[in-house]
Amino acid sequence: MAGHSTYVPASGFERWLDSRLPIMRLMHDTMTTFPTPRNLNIWYTFGGILTFCLAVQIVTGIVLAMHYVPSADLAFNSVEGRIMREVNYGWLIRYIHANGASMFFFAVYIHMFRGLYYGSYKAPREVLWLLGVLIYVLMMATAFFGYVLPWGQMSFWGATVITSLFSALDQVIPHLGSAITTWLWGDFAVGDATLNRFFSLHYLLPFVIAGVVGLHIWALHVPGNNNPLGIDVKGPQDTLPFHPYYTVKDAFYLSLFIMLFAAFVFFAPDFFGNPDNAIQANPLVTPPDIVPEWYLLPFYAMLRSIPQKLIGVLVLVGALLTLAFIPWLDTSKVRSCRFRPLMKQCFWLLVADCVMLGYVGSQSADAALSLGGMQLPLVWLARLGTAYYYGFFWLIMPIVGLIETPKALPESIAKAVLGAKAKA
Amino acid sequence: MKIALPLAAVVLGISLCAAASAEDTSAPLPIKHMQWSFDGPFGTYDQASLQRGFQIYKEVCSACHSLNLVAFHDLAAPGGPGFTEAQAKAIAAGYKIPAEPNEQGEIFDAKGNRLTRPGILADHFPPPFPNEQAARLAFGGALPPDLSLIVKARAGGPNYVYSILTGFAQRPPKGFKVLDGKFYNPYFPGRNISMPPPLMDGTVTFSDGTPNNVAQEAHDVVTFLSWASEPNLDQRHRMGLEVMAFLVLLSGLLFLSYRKIWKDEH
Repeated sequence: MAGHSTYVPASGFERWLDSRLPIMRLMHDTMTTFPTPRNLNIWYTFGGILTFCLAVQIVTGIVLAMHYVPSADLAFNSVEGRIMREVNYGWLIRYIHANGASMFFFAVYIHMFRGLYYGSYKAPREVLWLLGVLIYVLMMATAFFGYVLPWGQMSFWGATVITSLFSALDQVIPHLGSAITTWLWGDFAVGDATLNRFFSLHYLLPFVIAGVVGLHIWALHVPGNNNPLGIDVKGPQDTLPFHPYYTVKDAFYLSLFIMLFAAFVFFAPDFFGNPDNAIQANPLVTPPDIVPEWYLLPFYAMLRSIPQKLIGVLVLVGALLTLAFIPWLDTSKVRSCRFRPLMKQCFWLLVADCVMLGYVGSQSADAALSLGGMQLPLVWLARLGTAYYYGFFWLIMPIVGLIETPKALPESIAKAVLGAKAKA
Repeated sequence: MKIALPLAAVVLGISLCAAASAEDTSAPLPIKHMQWSFDGPFGTYDQASLQRGFQIYKEVCSACHSLNLVAFHDLAAPGGPGFTEAQAKAIAAGYKIPAEPNEQGEIFDAKGNRLTRPGILADHFPPPFPNEQAARLAFGGALPPDLSLIVKARAGGPNYVYSILTGFAQRPPKGFKVLDGKFYNPYFPGRNISMPPPLMDGTVTFSDGTPNNVAQEAHDVVTFLSWASEPNLDQRHRMGLEVMAFLVLLSGLLFLSYRKIWKDEH
């Protein structure tokens, strides 16, 4: 699909530039004439939305870094005292940045589930998917580092809990895990040294993400977009030029997304926050419940569902690594779940499973549900949920692809969209 | 999550209580839910209430609690209690601030007392104790928390702080042990709180003639503390409505463009 370039330099300068650095040609071919399937729906607008989110986080983050002080003594006041009260519109920039993280993850989860539903990870888009998994992992690391910076109680204790996961390696080689943890902290506890390196990494990683996003878009433009039908583009009748068709569609849905974003920023800025983070970090006082941000809760539930620490950590890491194997675990020849009746049900069960795991992760570790007088410890729900998560990818994906009879695929995208109007 | 978590906690709490003994008297009661002028997207702080709340902070709370993040100039800032700059200057001048070294390099006078100067607009409210240890010594080991962010730092926000301030009137249930030097407050975790009841009927006298019962005093001081936690709420709400209006218009135009461009391609 990344076919012949149709760029024609419009001026002498552009001709001059084109023979030295064909950047205008690149922009023209990737953002203007790029042939895009004509049937992309609302769920395909989240790629553009995510690029917007990354840009917003980088711009607001750079401004925040101008006023933030990465020091255990001063960090909390530099955020709550200076940025929130003294910097012009500092409160606005911080609320955009803090809620922006949640909006970023909200969008990335939709983007990932969309890819899963329409089989966008299958040949020839495996590398595209793998780069996406890498971006997701980098996002989680960046968000974790960022959450530590305001140096509230939940920042401090979240950092302590997550970095302490490495100490599980003590069970493999004595002292190995503790040594790694001390090395990560730069001290014998989470403190000034930890905060400074987290700040450094939090500033670095978004630019790494931006680089991988560049590769992700490059890998997208080689095979071209998948689409809700999951069938290949067969000719020009199946596609539309990216501009103006998808620029205007993306812009419209982006505008709706910004409305949701703004609703949180202006009317419920602390919705995703934890009250404990409005208390300065205190190594001597542990909060009653240490809860990560909502977007990490399903993995937190998996971790806590295993009583043995090392195995719990392995289950957590494995849950992420699993994502990288998806292109080779799915045995079906059909991409889109629209034509896969059984897989479609398993998919929605996975979505429900992740939501349930998130709920369990938000509750205290010994909580229980009361069902008609019976006490159901939530940890068992977490175990059930973890089993289904792994089962979905490692058993259901390979097996369903073999036993399922898919529905008949349409002849072409154009036929499916335009019906009789289609030329071929 | 701010709404979902307490809700889930209440549901779980009820189910756990029902299953276990019904006599768990150390678990806190569900907090009271009040109406606040700053609730909802159109909410703004009630300026008169902020001024009364400031009076209560100054005359009552500030004896034990610091307000480290709030500066005197904030009292005259838009969206705040609405004092004039002259009034805020006068308020600041009423506070003694530890002085900077004088020309002899001294910060103590001949008798060894800390030199002070009157506060100015740029100063923050001075804490009642020089350090944490001094505060703990005065309160039998307990530390009165700084109030700058107290409303944000508690689940339930203003409703929680209001419940605590008005919760002292309730008597402990039979068999409940109030620890030595503590006070019974059913909204506090464990129900034993170190803070003595700070507000009584008539604790302060409002110059505008507002009734000075505990409920009114608590309402006003919680309004003031909410402002201290979130001084930009008025501006945020107003800007939010403008942004929303713009986005509705923009989305409408983009939708029309979208429909027009795609007219023949569906």
